[in-house]
Amino acid sequence: MMGGTSGLEQLDEMYESIILDHYRNPRHTDPLDHADVDVEAQNPFCGDEIHIQLTLDDDGKVQEISVSGRGCAISQSSASLLSEMLEGKDVEQAMEQITLMRRMLRNDNMTEEELDQLGDLVALEGVKRFPVRIKCALLSWTALEDALQERKGK
Amino acid sequence: MTIDVAKIRADFPILERRIGDAPLVYLDNAATSQKPKQVIDALTDYYTRYNANVHRGVHTMSVEATEAFEAARAKVAKFIGARQPESVIWTRNISEAINLVAYSWGDANVHAGDEIVITAMEHHSGIVPWQQLALRSGATLRIIPRTGNGRLDMDAARKIINSKTKIVTAVQMSSVLGSVNDVKTLGKLAHENGALILVDGAQSAPHMPVDVEDLDCDFFGLSAHKMLGPTGIGVLWGRPELLKAMPPWMFGGDMILEVSYEKASWNELPYKFEAGTPNIADAIATGVAVDYLSALGMENVRAHEIEITGYALKRLTELERVEVLGPTDNADRGGIISFNHADVHPHDLGTALDRMGIAIRTGHHCAMPLVRSYDVVAAARASFYIYNTTAEVDALVEGIKQVERYFQK
Ligand SMILES: Cc1ncc(COP(=O)(O)O)c(C=O)c1O
Repeated sequence: MMGGTSGLEQLDEMYESIILDHYRNPRHTDPLDHADVDVEAQNPFCGDEIHIQLTLDDDGKVQEISVSGRGCAISQSSASLLSEMLEGKDVEQAMEQITLMRRMLRNDNMTEEELDQLGDLVALEGVKRFPVRIKCALLSWTALEDALQERKGK
Repeated sequence: MTIDVAKIRADFPILERRIGDAPLVYLDNAATSQKPKQVIDALTDYYTRYNANVHRGVHTMSVEATEAFEAARAKVAKFIGARQPESVIWTRNISEAINLVAYSWGDANVHAGDEIVITAMEHHSGIVPWQQLALRSGATLRIIPRTGNGRLDMDAARKIINSKTKIVTAVQMSSVLGSVNDVKTLGKLAHENGALILVDGAQSAPHMPVDVEDLDCDFFGLSAHKMLGPTGIGVLWGRPELLKAMPPWMFGGDMILEVSYEKASWNELPYKFEAGTPNIADAIATGVAVDYLSALGMENVRAHEIEITGYALKRLTELERVEVLGPTDNADRGGIISFNHADVHPHDLGTALDRMGIAIRTGHHCAMPLVRSYDVVAAARASFYIYNTTAEVDALVEGIKQVERYFQK
């Protein structure tokens, strides 16, 4: 977002308090010994790193979650929010959330219902006004999507 | 005499720009410099008055274009202390210059068992072409490490450069740490072992006097866009006898002498390495950029940057939560300062400073191995040029303090 007023107030649109909270206290960071889904991702642009591990039960429902990494407030809080989103979801539902998340950041028209479905993740919506940072927000989501898709293909 | 910054600033239309409501504070000069109106006008002038292809026509405009194009080459030669203009080859940028050497000279001269030596401070374009040559040829890539205070480990260099070494590549000024390296000594070590040295001048040529004869190097590369010139043009200088012996790397028009369907013979230097219609406008404008710098005097440019860098180092190291990655003493150091904040990731810092009109670079700076060696994945970088002021350094420091408070809240 170029133009308009400058100054740090504008940053509030991106760094909502939920985001800063997840950045400072990321959830689900303990690594798993065994994982059914294990994926690492890097953003070559800024060097952000993410490591996601999941175990799934026989019905494809997420059991254990581990998400860790290092990088900026956006990539790390987004990954932490992703880990919370995965609680109690099956693969199908997780994929649905990933699609919604991507659409929100692309500024697609979202229905009220869809935004509700995203819950806390709506805190990341402001990132869409900072185009170079969308990649940061999507890093963990894209990595997980790829891993889940690959799993499905097997 | 130092330079008149206010007068210089008036030559750069872009410095009038505002980012939102804030005046632009441009501190990303290591990525690319801004352009004075003289350079911008040279481009317009070429396209409005004498746009024509070079070396091919007898008509007036083609002659004018060719003269301006070759005059620019001679200016660059003089600027870097090269005796023969034909030893200056136009490329797209320094990345292409290094690739030219790695492919043309490298493929012909580097074999299995040989060693290629680079430094821990190379930009990706000083790493990957050699790494790939090593993979093609079966040679080994060896790296001169850095010391804890961000200098090249010259003792290690004396061991690493040996009789198996074929070529050494070194940045004269690190694009991350700002360190100015003793490439002359590295060149001596290379030559004592029968090897060549390529000096990456991407960050040195814009900021300090350079003399390839005095450095006694074999190849020297630069990118015009980092020294007031346009994008899309760079230079490879090589010792003429080396260039003459090297096979061409790209083929096409202009680089040939005679062509049949069976074979072709090569044009003389520098055209052997300039296949196809060159970047005429940008070459001419590069000549004007070099004129601009020469009129200021590179000694004066360097003096200005030593002053501003000393001030910036002092102010940045006063900030408790900020850690500078490279040398914090101002000796043998250019105007590039990478740093990290203990509580704010560089990417967040960069976005926040941008809101105040301050442009810095964040990330790995195209030198992933070097940045990682500091056990971080990214860093913030401020880099200065002739138009920067100590007031802009103050704006940066005040900006960092504000961002600090913002992320603490
Ligand atoms: C030391 C160094 N070498 C090489 C390059 C590559 O320059 P270019 O992208 O113009 O080829 C850079 C640019 O950042 C640099 O700083």
